Amino acid sequence: MSETSLAGHAWADLRRNKIFWASAALVALVLLMAVFPSLFTSADPGVCALANRNKGPAVGSWFGYDFQGCDVFARTVYGTRNSIVVGLLSTLLAGVLGLIVGLAAGYFGGVVDAVLSRLTDIMLGVPILLAAVVFSGRLSSPGGDNVTAVTITLGVLSWTAAARVMRSAVITAKSQDYVAAARMLGAGPARLMFRHILPNSVASYIVVVTILLGTNIAAEATLSYLGVGLGGDAISWGRQIAEAQDYARIVAHPLAWPAAFLAATVLAFIMLGDAIRDAFDPKLR
Amino acid sequence: MFRYIVRRLLQMILTFFGATFVVFALMFANQDDPIQALAGEKPVSDSVRAVLTERYHLDESFLVQYWYYMKGLLTGDLGQSMTGRDISEMLGGAWPVTMRLALLAALIAALIAIAAGVWSAMRRGGFFDNGTLLTTLLLLALPVVVLAPVAQLIFAMELRWFPATTTKDANLYELLLPALVLATTVVATQLRVTRTSVVENLRADYVRTARAKGLSPRRVTWVHVLRNSLIPVITLIGVDLGALMSAAIVTEDVFNIPGVGFNLARGVRTEDGPVVVGFVSVLVIVFLVVNLVVDLLYAALDPRIRYE
Repeated sequence: MSETSLAGHAWADLRRNKIFWASAALVALVLLMAVFPSLFTSADPGVCALANRNKGPAVGSWFGYDFQGCDVFARTVYGTRNSIVVGLLSTLLAGVLGLIVGLAAGYFGGVVDAVLSRLTDIMLGVPILLAAVVFSGRLSSPGGDNVTAVTITLGVLSWTAAARVMRSAVITAKSQDYVAAARMLGAGPARLMFRHILPNSVASYIVVVTILLGTNIAAEATLSYLGVGLGGDAISWGRQIAEAQDYARIVAHPLAWPAAFLAATVLAFIMLGDAIRDAFDPKLR
Repeated sequence: MFRYIVRRLLQMILTFFGATFVVFALMFANQDDPIQALAGEKPVSDSVRAVLTERYHLDESFLVQYWYYMKGLLTGDLGQSMTGRDISEMLGGAWPVTMRLALLAALIAALIAIAAGVWSAMRRGGFFDNGTLLTTLLLLALPVVVLAPVAQLIFAMELRWFPATTTKDANLYELLLPALVLATTVVATQLRVTRTSVVENLRADYVRTARAKGLSPRRVTWVHVLRNSLIPVITLIGVDLGALMSAAIVTEDVFNIPGVGFNLARGVRTEDGPVVVGFVSVLVIVFLVVNLVVDLLYAALDPRIRYE
């Protein structure tokens, strides 16, 4: 990557952005928590004693205990993994689908574009949360943790924004002189698409996908909250919030911590997306 | 213009059939034995099974069943829930409640977004501008699933400013807290779009002309600039109605508001397939119609936009 490339400029911009470093640090922390939860807590999230029911914060248990006597901090820390796994994988799936659909629709135009654009419209017309509700009921098995089901549901339903952004960027890039030059030099469609058009139209797509990561993490929590997300023994922030809400009148702390972790994680990804957008497109600032 | 409307309508019909087809296919794939689900643990006699199969066309193929579903949808007959209630009736009761909530939320969001958006655009880079940017960032990061229970906990249970739950005939005051929660899901984007749009328009030539004519700064901002800046915002408000409907599922569930979202959430929990599909289908129609209206409004608002 040369010094004068778009990505090079963006990186130079990003390096000086405090918000970028703050959100990147937060993301790194959350990722670390997802991979090695035992670094952050020595308590076992599965060990619960009713004797501890609704107890407040104490030494060795910073966030207190929930209504079943489980350690709130341990459960919140261990819940990170499911949120991140579902968020990352569903965004990866949505990103790949959106990239393929957007690139194909933008590059080929005509009938391909018409069909793919209508498909995008249809998927956009199916409200994501509502469709996910029906969808995850089917893909989940009784008693299972449903991680795969929720990931596929979110991935298959959330690619539309990425596809639209990609499509319009490709259409803009396609008519540029350097593409015409490459075509005259004898570059085939695959080379044109992946070597010339893709690198020049990927900026806003990256931004949309980064923000989608935050959105999908929140969507997983929402689905789990509604009872169609993660199930079985899976620990999830959404489930913690749903359970704690029933007892919020008695004790508030089991509700507060997973809510705070969820909000901080989503915030980190959205801030990261914002910083990247500013770096790639200073006009939008 | 006429050709554009016709083309848009055709596209909408196509999208409508596509979306309802997806929804129906999902429900079709979701059912193992609906008759057994209806009866619960009890065994179902062969004669009852035969009658129910006949009544709900369960022995027909997928496409035939889809045909019956579309026919019902277009004639306003959404069938019956698993508990034997008429879904159209349920929807009729729930719809006004959600509509009031969503409109109140949309109004609150639009007022805050436009006022704060214009204000921060006028003082770009100032304290207020940075403050609102930070606030919108926080609001974007707070999912309803966090905001609704926490707001209920703080403002209804601890501070007791608002009632924690409401009834079917809730008045404006009772709906205010849920509407505020709902408004936060859309206000951030609207505010940012208003701000960007106003900032761009402030640099436009017609603003300089208006100032040069000697118009008061207030008139230039609130009449000339605002009118031109609101076009993208209005589109967004239309699109946001879909987001409000989705967010209403959790909000209504938390605040016990017997609207569309509340019924839908309960339908999901009790695995009431017909209710979920019926409600979702109607929401899809609302979403599509709103988007069409917004697209057409575009032309009316901005004569620079031409359709061919």
